[in-house]
Amino acid sequence: MKNLFLIGFILISSHVFAQTQGYQVGDVVRDFTLKNVDNKTVSLADYKDAKGYIVVFTCNTCPVAKAYQDRVSALNASYESKGYPVVAINPNDAGTVPDESFEKMQALAKEKNFSFPYLSDPNHIVTKQFGALKTPHVFILSKTEKGNIVEYIGAIDNDAEDENPDKINYVQNALNELSAGKKPVIASTKAVGCSIKWKKG
Amino acid sequence: MRILIIICLSLITYSVNAQVKLLTLDNLDKRIAKGKDTTYVINFWATWCSPCVAELPDFEKLRLANLKKPVKVLLVSLDFKSKLQKEVIPFVQKNNIKAEVFLLNEPDQQKYIERIDKKWSGAIPATLFVNKKVRRFYEKEFTEIELSNTLLTLK
Repeated sequence: MKNLFLIGFILISSHVFAQTQGYQVGDVVRDFTLKNVDNKTVSLADYKDAKGYIVVFTCNTCPVAKAYQDRVSALNASYESKGYPVVAINPNDAGTVPDESFEKMQALAKEKNFSFPYLSDPNHIVTKQFGALKTPHVFILSKTEKGNIVEYIGAIDNDAEDENPDKINYVQNALNELSAGKKPVIASTKAVGCSIKWKKG
Repeated sequence: MRILIIICLSLITYSVNAQVKLLTLDNLDKRIAKGKDTTYVINFWATWCSPCVAELPDFEKLRLANLKKPVKVLLVSLDFKSKLQKEVIPFVQKNNIKAEVFLLNEPDQQKYIERIDKKWSGAIPATLFVNKKVRRFYEKEFTEIELSNTLLTLK
């Protein structure tokens, strides 16, 4: 009986652990429905012809995320037509940081002329599913028979300041490799970013 | 005349305090190794990171509370190196930061993030409590009480 408790406890704790970990490369992603800045909802399944997705956790206020805004737009411009649209998700809580409000998201999307959805995740549900921990944080998915599979997790490139001509474009490289029917050579990277502003209390 | 000297001296100390040195992880490892029984509380922050800036006063309180103990607070900025003169040093001066401030001088994030801690995503604020025996890394914001408790219970 004691053993059973112990096993139960281990199962529960490993489950909790797995939840905080989020997706790893190779995991199947559960689809979601979140509200876009145009007040319509967006799900991955809406993209009938997509070969995959560039899911970008980004926000209104983080200086690193802001430095990458134009590069995210450029990714959508280059890869949406190739079957890999950008789906941007704001993981931050507007109660904690007022400038992360839905209205401010709408204003940013308008100002920057976002050609991709910019979704709000007010209760961090999708953010926690993915295990996104910062902005910007990219997950490249590919659509397979098994579902949408995580192919790459990490940074857009290795040069947030965008000053190094020899920078490595991790996301572009991964997308080019996927488009050629290969697995990304570099499937995960790390970069400094802003912590997610979780709901307090 | 005496007053003038005092003013000059305080100006000199002030400018010394406002120094921000470049730091590599090799520098940091050497410092920890030489520190004998010293525990280093190393906070990774940036001038652009609002929760980091918000918790800096708590690190100052921790420093002041442990002046007579073998505890050193090191504030390691992850600001871009190009912002050292324009942003980081003026920020340190303006906020009268007394702890030692460094700017991390490591070119490759892929290497240095993992070297500081394998589980670190790269999000800041993040804080490392380290001495010769213990190494604890936290990717989180701290409150004043959490900081002192973490230091007290470090084993």
